[in-house]
Amino acid sequence: MDPQTVIARRIARELRPGMLVNLGIGIPTLVAKYVPEGLPVFFQSENGLIGTGAPPEEGMAHPLLTDAAGRPVTALPGAATFDSALSFGLIRGGHLDLTVLGGLQVDQEGRLANWMIPGKMVPGMGGAMDLVTGAKRVIVAMQHTAKNAPKIVKSLTLPPTSARTVDLVVTELAVLAFRDGRANLLETGPGISVAEVVAATEAELTIAETVHEMTL
Amino acid sequence: MRTLSLEHSVALIPDGASLMIGGFMAVGTPERLVDEILRQGKRDLIVIANDTAMPGKGIGKLVEKKLLRKVIASHIGLNPETQRQMMAGELEVELVPQGTLVERIRAGGHGLGGILTPTGLGTSVEEGKRRITVDGKDYLLETALKADFALVHAFMADYLGNLSYALTARNFNPVIAMAAETVIVCADHIMPVGVLPPDQVVTPAPIVDILVANPCS
Repeated sequence: MDPQTVIARRIARELRPGMLVNLGIGIPTLVAKYVPEGLPVFFQSENGLIGTGAPPEEGMAHPLLTDAAGRPVTALPGAATFDSALSFGLIRGGHLDLTVLGGLQVDQEGRLANWMIPGKMVPGMGGAMDLVTGAKRVIVAMQHTAKNAPKIVKSLTLPPTSARTVDLVVTELAVLAFRDGRANLLETGPGISVAEVVAATEAELTIAETVHEMTL
Repeated sequence: MRTLSLEHSVALIPDGASLMIGGFMAVGTPERLVDEILRQGKRDLIVIANDTAMPGKGIGKLVEKKLLRKVIASHIGLNPETQRQMMAGELEVELVPQGTLVERIRAGGHGLGGILTPTGLGTSVEEGKRRITVDGKDYLLETALKADFALVHAFMADYLGNLSYALTARNFNPVIAMAAETVIVCADHIMPVGVLPPDQVVTPAPIVDILVANPCS
């Protein structure tokens, strides 16, 4: 199984009935493909939609119905549309149960950097700062390393997205929970040892008494 | 409210004007108005919008033709040309978190001096701003935004200028309609009064200054 699928499938297991969930662009978007059969969750697109469905069949796209990346989507029965002020009111106002976002770096305490690389890539923060600051639970979906360099680091070298720390980081190698300033290793990826996770991580890990392999 | 031709509507916009433009990755952007701005060759514009779309679409076209002096937006990631001009120092870009941007505009249109938000605390967004503590919680003071013109895309307009929007093309449109000196609307469907039931009107007619004749798409 490729790393992205491992990450998306593991995060899908965090979904609970009735949750309002916002998925970021990239690996987070894949989570929608692995929602357990029959589990009712609401997906929000921050451009103004709750009830975002799968991409439409060929020839059935509507130019005025897209996700936050501008790609055509469908609206599920019971969907609702609204303006951007309400959309971010949902995000900041404590109404969004979960956001899943990509990451460039996460530090020891769970601070996330995911919106720019100074001098190289300045796409703008879009909704990321509001999502990390406002969602009830924040999960980061990212590969464990980039070009063999650890992305889970002692301290950020990239600009932070929010002062608020994230709750969970899921990579193809591990599930890490951030609590009280500590990075706790809870699970390892398929066929991965604790030692391999530690070797690929710069931050100091608190290793749970029993570390299970991820159930996907 | 007046109805004007496309040409006359855009002729009202002087060089150097500030424009709020609706749309999210060009969905809900009044494309006909953008094309007419290009045709009339307006210059030195300030654009306040969610994003700069992508090359060849919506606001992306204004960036390509270098008609802009400044952009205030939350995202320029899908438009490499905006990033290139910004890094080359050819275009001033102020990046604002999306939820903060829409609230600053809302504040401008609703008679508020600004808003208090936790978004941006402890990040580069905080630089140069006041931190205010309310009931033990910290917030950033973000000031209101207004503009000379709002370029609004609506799905339906009636002859009076009442507006409704469609699906995800609503986004910033009803919010910017409140925050500009002159509101110019391009609607996909222009209908007799009465077709839009009162409960479906999102932007009421007195807000609209100019309804562009003929449908927007």
